[in-house]
Amino acid sequence: MNSKYISTFTNGLVKENPTLRLVLGTCPTLAVTTAAVNGIGMGVSATLVLICSNLVISLLRNVIPDKVRIPAFITIIAGFVSVVQMLVKAFLPSIDKSLGIFLPLIVVNCIILARAEMFASKNGPLLSVLDGLGMGLGFTAVLTVMGAIREFLGAGSIFSLPVTSEIIDPMIVFLLPPGGFFVFGILVAVSNAAAKKKGKKPVESLGCENCPSRNMCTRVQIGCEDAKEADADE
Amino acid sequence: MSSTTIVSILIAGILTNNMVLSKFLGICPFLGVSKKTKTAFSMSIAVTLVMVISTAVTWPIYTYILYPDYTYLQTIVFILVIAAIVQFIEIVLKRYIKPIYNALGIYLPLITTNCAVLGITMLNITDELDFVKSLFNALGAGLGFMLAMLLFSGVRERLETSDISEFLKGLPVTLIAAAIVSLSFLGFAGIGG
Repeated sequence: MNSKYISTFTNGLVKENPTLRLVLGTCPTLAVTTAAVNGIGMGVSATLVLICSNLVISLLRNVIPDKVRIPAFITIIAGFVSVVQMLVKAFLPSIDKSLGIFLPLIVVNCIILARAEMFASKNGPLLSVLDGLGMGLGFTAVLTVMGAIREFLGAGSIFSLPVTSEIIDPMIVFLLPPGGFFVFGILVAVSNAAAKKKGKKPVESLGCENCPSRNMCTRVQIGCEDAKEADADE
Repeated sequence: MSSTTIVSILIAGILTNNMVLSKFLGICPFLGVSKKTKTAFSMSIAVTLVMVISTAVTWPIYTYILYPDYTYLQTIVFILVIAAIVQFIEIVLKRYIKPIYNALGIYLPLITTNCAVLGITMLNITDELDFVKSLFNALGAGLGFMLAMLLFSGVRERLETSDISEFLKGLPVTLIAAAIVSLSFLGFAGIGG
């Protein structure tokens, strides 16, 4: 029994890392990682929301009617996001400023809805909390690493401590949007290579199998069909 | 309001402050639905439509009901209103304008949880734009989204047939292509003031 809890927790950290393996929540990943500390701020806020929403959704999983579950999940998530938003605003105003609009946008972060839909609505509260914690920490870790890389290359510092900024002119483009896409692309490539070594499938595209909204668009699944075609081409 | 302000809002939305390429909103559809130009186009039309209508509804709600006492309810109210609007548009299109429904209907459920729509309605509030400016801001953002989607779907169609190193195959090369497209958009900085 014990190993089940441990594997649920570690699942989100490495094997199903939400950012690199499931490729969810790309918007905040790209937007806020201009500095390592922003990555931590975003990651911890999302983790808090994820743990709380997973817990509540798991407790209510037998009460919420199946047909209205997505709106119900969104409402629960939005409630916790508002709480976290107010806390950050009150206690960490500088983080609030640098995360800006992406703090309230945690509501539409696919990771949270995806875990609600795929995990919390099917598992007990303790497992769901562990899943939220693991997924959240996995998200935080990637954001922090990515923030550190971009900060190092783009500003010559890590966690605002100057490293090379005195010696070399930093490449500011890494702090700008193109740098975000580029660093994320390289990170996914590295994670793909690592996954391949272990005999797992690399991430080809944003597949529908991980998309929380995939059950909402039952009629035709545009993105998914594209993904299937890509698989067939291989 | 002068027409120059409207033009500069539109230019900012489409080019200098492009939704996807400089604000990182709506990355999921940008990477997920941009494989074919036709689907990319329909998706952007649906997003633009929902953005403008959502702004037209959320702006008065915020300004006349939530402000100044209940601003902390912004997030939760906006997402619920957007979800309701998307449902409503779907029902109306299905009942009255069947051809448009057939073309756009499948994209609508995907839009509820699209951060571009919630993002633009919130940016209109944080930037303190008035009602008309907000509407044009939403329109500009939608058109900017469309431009990015169309350009990028063209790039991806070329990527399909090109020979890519094993290391970068799939998502990584898509992201790096997006970086280059986004780099080209940096060149617009400064236009429209």
